[in-house]
Amino acid sequence: MKEKKENIRNFCIIAHIDHGKSTLADRLLELTDSVDEHYMQDQILDDMDLERERGITIKSHAVTMSYKKDGKTYELNLIDTPGHVDFNYEVSRSLAACEGAVLIVDATQGIEAQTLANTYLAVDHDLEIVPVINKIDLPAADPDQVQADIEEVIGLDASDAPRISAKTGQNCEQVLEKIITQVPPPEGDTEAPLKALIFDSVYDNYRGVIVYVRIVDGKIKAGDTMKMMATGAEFTVVEVGKNSATSLVPADCLEAGEVGYITASIKTVRDARVGDTVTLADNPADTPLPGYKKANPMVFCGIYPADGADYENLKEALEKLQLNDAALSFEPETSTALGFGFRCGFLGLLHLDIIQERLDREYDLNLITTVPSVIYKIHLRSGEVVSVDNPTDYPDPAEIDFAEEPMADAHIFSPPDYIGTIMSICQDKRGVYKTTDYLSSDRVDINYEMPLNEIIYGFFDTLKSRTRGYASLDYEFTGYQRSELTKLDVLLNGEKIDALSFIVHSSAAYPRARKIAEKLRDNIPRQQFEIPVQIASGGKIIARETVKAVRKDVLAKCYGGDITRKKKLLEKQKEGKKRMRSFGRVSVPQEAFMAILRLDDEDEKK
Amino acid sequence: MKNSLGLYIHTPFCKSKCPYCDFYSFRGSAEDRKIYADSVIDEIKTLSRTGGFLKNREKIDFDTVYLGGGTPSLLGADAGRIIGTAEKYLNVSDDAEITVEINPSSSSDEFFDSIKGKVNRVSIGLQSAVDSERKKLGRISGKKDAAETIKKSKEAGIENISLDIMIGVPCQTFASLDETADFCLSSGVTHISAYMLTLEDGTPFYNMKNNLHLPDEDETADMYLHLVDKLKKNGFKQYEISNFSVPGFESRHNLKYWNDEEYLGIGPSAHSFVDGTRFSFPRDLKYFIDGGKPEIYDTGGDKAEYAMLRLRLSDGIRNDLFSEKFGENIPSGAFETAKKWEKTGHVEQDGERISLTPKGFLISNIIIEDITEAVGQI
Repeated sequence: MKEKKENIRNFCIIAHIDHGKSTLADRLLELTDSVDEHYMQDQILDDMDLERERGITIKSHAVTMSYKKDGKTYELNLIDTPGHVDFNYEVSRSLAACEGAVLIVDATQGIEAQTLANTYLAVDHDLEIVPVINKIDLPAADPDQVQADIEEVIGLDASDAPRISAKTGQNCEQVLEKIITQVPPPEGDTEAPLKALIFDSVYDNYRGVIVYVRIVDGKIKAGDTMKMMATGAEFTVVEVGKNSATSLVPADCLEAGEVGYITASIKTVRDARVGDTVTLADNPADTPLPGYKKANPMVFCGIYPADGADYENLKEALEKLQLNDAALSFEPETSTALGFGFRCGFLGLLHLDIIQERLDREYDLNLITTVPSVIYKIHLRSGEVVSVDNPTDYPDPAEIDFAEEPMADAHIFSPPDYIGTIMSICQDKRGVYKTTDYLSSDRVDINYEMPLNEIIYGFFDTLKSRTRGYASLDYEFTGYQRSELTKLDVLLNGEKIDALSFIVHSSAAYPRARKIAEKLRDNIPRQQFEIPVQIASGGKIIARETVKAVRKDVLAKCYGGDITRKKKLLEKQKEGKKRMRSFGRVSVPQEAFMAILRLDDEDEKK
Repeated sequence: MKNSLGLYIHTPFCKSKCPYCDFYSFRGSAEDRKIYADSVIDEIKTLSRTGGFLKNREKIDFDTVYLGGGTPSLLGADAGRIIGTAEKYLNVSDDAEITVEINPSSSSDEFFDSIKGKVNRVSIGLQSAVDSERKKLGRISGKKDAAETIKKSKEAGIENISLDIMIGVPCQTFASLDETADFCLSSGVTHISAYMLTLEDGTPFYNMKNNLHLPDEDETADMYLHLVDKLKKNGFKQYEISNFSVPGFESRHNLKYWNDEEYLGIGPSAHSFVDGTRFSFPRDLKYFIDGGKPEIYDTGGDKAEYAMLRLRLSDGIRNDLFSEKFGENIPSGAFETAKKWEKTGHVEQDGERISLTPKGFLISNIIIEDITEAVGQI
């Protein structure tokens, strides 16, 4: 029988970057005495360095707080959410674990695009929205205007929205009160078969995977045999418990309505996928919770160690990252130009960026990344169909009957002012217009069908920069569509550099080839001899540039006997040489690879 | 070990700062200059009394003295006083080369009177003989002043005169470079240094680099080769990347740097190389005036450093000199690398000697690094 768990509230916080999500979370933790003073470091929820720097939350966490009000003790579960389109699915699972959402709006800046997108997502999940106006301590704060905005743009009554300063702590208590009064308590049947939603899973060196769950029905305790309904994997539960801000606190049992963790000596997060339903093997639920999707990599690129000796280190690093990242895939590949490396799959470009940065930062690996690609389906004349995610594997054009590329259903949310801009970007990216819906007077949903390769190729960055950050993007892979594709090869000094090959839509072949040739010309330093840069399509050269032979370098005066200055210059030069990759006689710096990757962004800056 | 050293004295003052210069110099007050000159004289006397960094060395002498800057001629009579003190208190050899740098904008009669009989070489900062270029370079004097300075130097009995000129400066053309070169050749000097403009971080030129109208890389390279050729035809032998002289008038002081030989520096930002140790005074006038000591920053004199410096000379590195110094021949790897560059005309080598051609000098950083790598760790 469904019953209300009156003393529990499950909620998340929605906010634009820098609007104070982490700061408010810190204050709530303080107000509920959830953290010892000396443990309190700013923004305790984001525990990866990278997250702090980028101001985005990559992996979600949950914290259980205990709050006393009017003689009752409430269990408040704050579930943190990641904030980028690549992780939209993870966001949706976190939201599905909540009944309410605290919406933070900056009193100096008003409502931003990202806030809107996430608010609508929360509304879609039937969450009760608790608006909060933050940063009222700043001189530029205009809470009345922001209140009016919330009412008009989102259609929420914000007349009694707490006006707070998460920084100073002013009025933050009101937020807790609102959560109690406004967010409905969870409902669930403790006696029914177990259904627990996995909204996050994190690999831990000592315990194996820690599975973060929201129990919807039933209960689970140590010793039970749990079963993952999507993967079918079974494990013996080692421990269940609640998440305090600084540690995991074991409990006897987790029951319907509660949020907590489960450990069961699970070796990899791929066995405890976000969105999957946990049930018990001896008394399984009939149906899983709705909404499970396996996170499939959509974007692929080659990752190579700049120094071939680092291959094993790179492999080890990828294995470690994969323990914690179900969406990351990799397999070994070889390139004649770059040697031994890995073909890696990602959810999207941000995911790629993050992995690359973590490899660089946490594992101190110097890497070369090739141009990202999607998976193309190539139908050969022989009737065979091959999947190609690496331009190197692209079949001989003579053997190809036709090619298919992945398509995406893209929704772009924006204020109406940018409709023209957005449509022109989408047309440029081969988008096919479908609809425009006015969600409110201030917000439209522009729907395009777009090739996925255009989306991964700088589309999001272009969109953001041309709409001053107001537009947000949500896309979903829909299927394959027949397309005209061309593989472009890069030749340096007559030698084909396989790692620089890429696949484009035929209509873009010439302009893109020209741009790539120019980029390489500008990014390959002049060397001892002249280097022809050629871009070929099916054996035909369609663009050509020349890197001229170097003529002069710095002939500085060897001044007043300052020899060391000269030495340092030569040392620096030597270091620079180490960062280059040799292709035959040509040395190519990593920047040249990066330049090709960032081809479109550059255009936007012009 | 050779017991002759060079003495370098750095003057950190200039009447005005040129927008490309990152040397340690500033205008300073008349009083600053006076105190500075007194401090240098004190330092020389202390050196004479205590031996300073040379106290463990026997029978040393100074066979070159170089008063550089900055603008030493701005010191007026104190320039001569400093040189005079060095000659009196230190063991300066009879045939020493004694050079003072002169800026045409600061070359008073008082200055010339003071150096007369004490100095046998001057180095004049001409930079360009085209007044429109001089202006862009921040030179406050004209070509006429430069000619006057040369004349006064000769009147002071100095026959060994060097002119500094620049290649690759804003708005320079082949014709304007020729004009400057012709001026040098017709003025009867014995030595020409031709430096390429380098945009040093932190200078005004660096910050305005996109609006300077500099000749491009290829043009600048061609100007250099043109100048090398022109000077050669007029009897000036190239003996270093940027240095040309009538044979016998090479700068003996500067050759010490390139031969990896010893020198002692006095004054803020002055560098020294003594007993395998490199040290310098900080770029701080007050520190120097207050009697601060130079700071050690590096060791020197190893094979790679020697090769790096010698390859700047037209003479290059030679087995005979190398083995005299290090007791072994130049590593064969260096010759292998040199052969690669020989094919493209950047280097000459015959199994005994490796040297850069003018075309090679243009990319000397790349080539020297490449060849030196085979000799040892820099």
